[in-house]
Amino acid sequence: MSLDAEILPLDAEFERDADPVSLEAESGRRLRFLVCGSVDDGKSTLIGRLLWDTKSVAEDHRAALIAKGSKQNDLSLPDFGLLLDGLKAEQEQGITIDVAYRYFQTRKRAFIVADTPGHEQYTRNMATGASTADLAVLLVDARAGLLEQTRRHAAIVHLMGIRQVVLAVNKIDLVGYDRAVFDDIELEFRAYAAKLGDMAITAIPLSALKGENIVTPARENIGWYSGPTLIEALEIAPTAKASDLSFRMPIQRVSRPGESFRGYQGTVAAGSVAIGDKVVVAPSGQAVCVARIVTFDGDVKVAEAGAAVTLVFNRKVDAARGDVLTAADATPLTGRDFTATVVTLQTDGLKDGARLWLKAAGRMKRVRVSIDETYDLGVGRWVKSSALPVNAIGRVRLRFSEDALFDRFADCRDTGAFILISPQTNNTVAGGMIADLADSRGDIDEQVNLSLPRDLAEFVLGLPAVKARRSEIEVLPGR
Amino acid sequence: MTAAAARLQTTDDNSRSSRLSPHLKALENEAIHIFREVAAEFERPVMLYSVGKDSSVLLHVARKAFWPEPIPFPLLHVDTGWKFSQMIAFRDQTARDLDLDLHVHTNPRGAAEGLSPLKHGSSYFTDVMKTEALRQALDAGRYDAAFGGARRDEDASRSKERIFSFRSPDHRWDARNQRPELWNLYNGRIARGESVRVFPLSNWTELDVWHYIKAEDIPIVDLYFARRRPFVLRDGMIILAEDERLELWPGEMRQEGSIRFRTLGCFALSGGIFSEAETIDDIIDEINTATVSERQGRAIDRDEAGSMEKKKLEGYF
Repeated sequence: MSLDAEILPLDAEFERDADPVSLEAESGRRLRFLVCGSVDDGKSTLIGRLLWDTKSVAEDHRAALIAKGSKQNDLSLPDFGLLLDGLKAEQEQGITIDVAYRYFQTRKRAFIVADTPGHEQYTRNMATGASTADLAVLLVDARAGLLEQTRRHAAIVHLMGIRQVVLAVNKIDLVGYDRAVFDDIELEFRAYAAKLGDMAITAIPLSALKGENIVTPARENIGWYSGPTLIEALEIAPTAKASDLSFRMPIQRVSRPGESFRGYQGTVAAGSVAIGDKVVVAPSGQAVCVARIVTFDGDVKVAEAGAAVTLVFNRKVDAARGDVLTAADATPLTGRDFTATVVTLQTDGLKDGARLWLKAAGRMKRVRVSIDETYDLGVGRWVKSSALPVNAIGRVRLRFSEDALFDRFADCRDTGAFILISPQTNNTVAGGMIADLADSRGDIDEQVNLSLPRDLAEFVLGLPAVKARRSEIEVLPGR
Repeated sequence: MTAAAARLQTTDDNSRSSRLSPHLKALENEAIHIFREVAAEFERPVMLYSVGKDSSVLLHVARKAFWPEPIPFPLLHVDTGWKFSQMIAFRDQTARDLDLDLHVHTNPRGAAEGLSPLKHGSSYFTDVMKTEALRQALDAGRYDAAFGGARRDEDASRSKERIFSFRSPDHRWDARNQRPELWNLYNGRIARGESVRVFPLSNWTELDVWHYIKAEDIPIVDLYFARRRPFVLRDGMIILAEDERLELWPGEMRQEGSIRFRTLGCFALSGGIFSEAETIDDIIDEINTATVSERQGRAIDRDEAGSMEKKKLEGYF
């Protein structure tokens, strides 16, 4: 019997429409989500099943899978891990080490799923996948119940600002479709999640391997469950809430194609802007009026959050990349000291007092990072700490040598998120979220700008005392 | 008044209201953000222009990103000498129509050797005329950022690609050591000689590209549409037989039928499909019911397992 003949009855209810509704006509936004869990929980099977049952696996890929054989199970299903492992080196070692993005759609919605595998690098990969996600699917093995791992995943997801979760209780077939097992897991999870804070939870009993409650409802075996299937839950989930703040637009680039035109290019991060609006250039505080909102498709009267536009002002103003255009009555937090939560991404972790580059919306700034606390995922508590290893979550203080501008991450993702970059390796060492403005501790790092002839600058940079603190020095090319 | 000056003075309100769905508008906004970020942070960006449908979309979004300013970087086409002749004509017409700064590079070594995908094998030919040629052109231009139209849904190894993909001075891609990419914050810091490949269309799917081409009325090479064309069947591939460089093998014969191409590259390596899809709507319907992936017609992907990943490690786009 052919593979397809065995598979199709499972998802017969999900036939493609003869006349598929195109997403062009569909008004919904694509949902981005990540799936958290280990191979043992059946994560690859779950994602593979989603792709397979939504007919997102093309025939040549299906054929390639079948050719590789199916050793995973006795249902003649292909080994979905083979479908998901993109990299040859990973296949050879049997491990996946990175974040992979998969694309699929149903009649109602398009999806991007972040597959964030890995064991040791788990926190880092999850944080990466979660940073752009609207929702997280937390996978639990019904036989094992709620493990510490699931609590960790929930904590990371919550820290990264995700406020909706699907608790997928997998392998429900292996506990005899026992409702009591499912109820216990759901209850225990809700109790834990309540401690984390605000979080919308949908718990679903399912079997990824058998395709029950993934795309096709399992009415016979799980008759006691009347909630949505996984795909239904994903189809109706709202995308992440837009910021409630007033107008924010970090200037990405100043466009000056000729003397007669000066436009400020950027993406609206929060609120909206209309022709005639008075806006403030932060941090300088100059106020201007919006004369035009220019787009390729013609000028518009209003631009909402998410729109990439070019603003023209009624008068000349001193504004550059890194400045933030804001509503006149609600400027961002401004100061030299901030508190933030960070996730460390590189082997070296993060040391107390590290001097790094910080990149946030359009800005690259020198920053000194002091470490206050680290989050103990095991016990779910913040503990005092002065260094963060890789894959850690920490509370830190950021110290700038001049005023910096942020919003709280909880208020606005685009103006509250940042990455930290090593001046030595140029690699991204941490991702971070602004918590709040902090009190200045007084010992402000004084910066002095010197302008030197090139030969003298090279001599100065070569001095041992200067070399030793090279990372604190910024060299700008001469004009 | 010059065209540029006229552009700067346009103030008509919503002269062309956008017909994009919120979904496509979000993808476009994301791509524009990426274009601007690179233009602001890098000294010598370049856009790789392959003349295909994805490149056509990339070019269109680039124009939107900087308007009314012209695109502030050159375009580069790596010409293997074996592209469909219609692609070359389309390329030159587009460059004229849009007043583009287009650079064309062909590997002089391969051209002098008379390298042919038909005689020397697709793998060696691609190494020299695409991968090596691209490295030559990027080095010669001292480009520090190169935009490409690759999408993550194209191929399994692409699914783990970053939007800013870091490359060593010899253009190699280290899959194990990619920079983490969080939110929409892209790390563009590089040392001298290093570069990044940038993929603004990473999150688009093949269907998104077609819906966008339709909504924005973007010109594309006619080979994407089904027409009656002469072809030869070779190793199960439908090869366009419009070019005298294609010599028939013993037993082969020219046939004619309604065919089109889902991806465009070298005519001898890009297989067509039998199709009646003569319009973009037809193509969208066809893809909706298609059960075969887009790159299936590509000879280079079938050479060996993991071939795309291998090519990327060596510097192929």
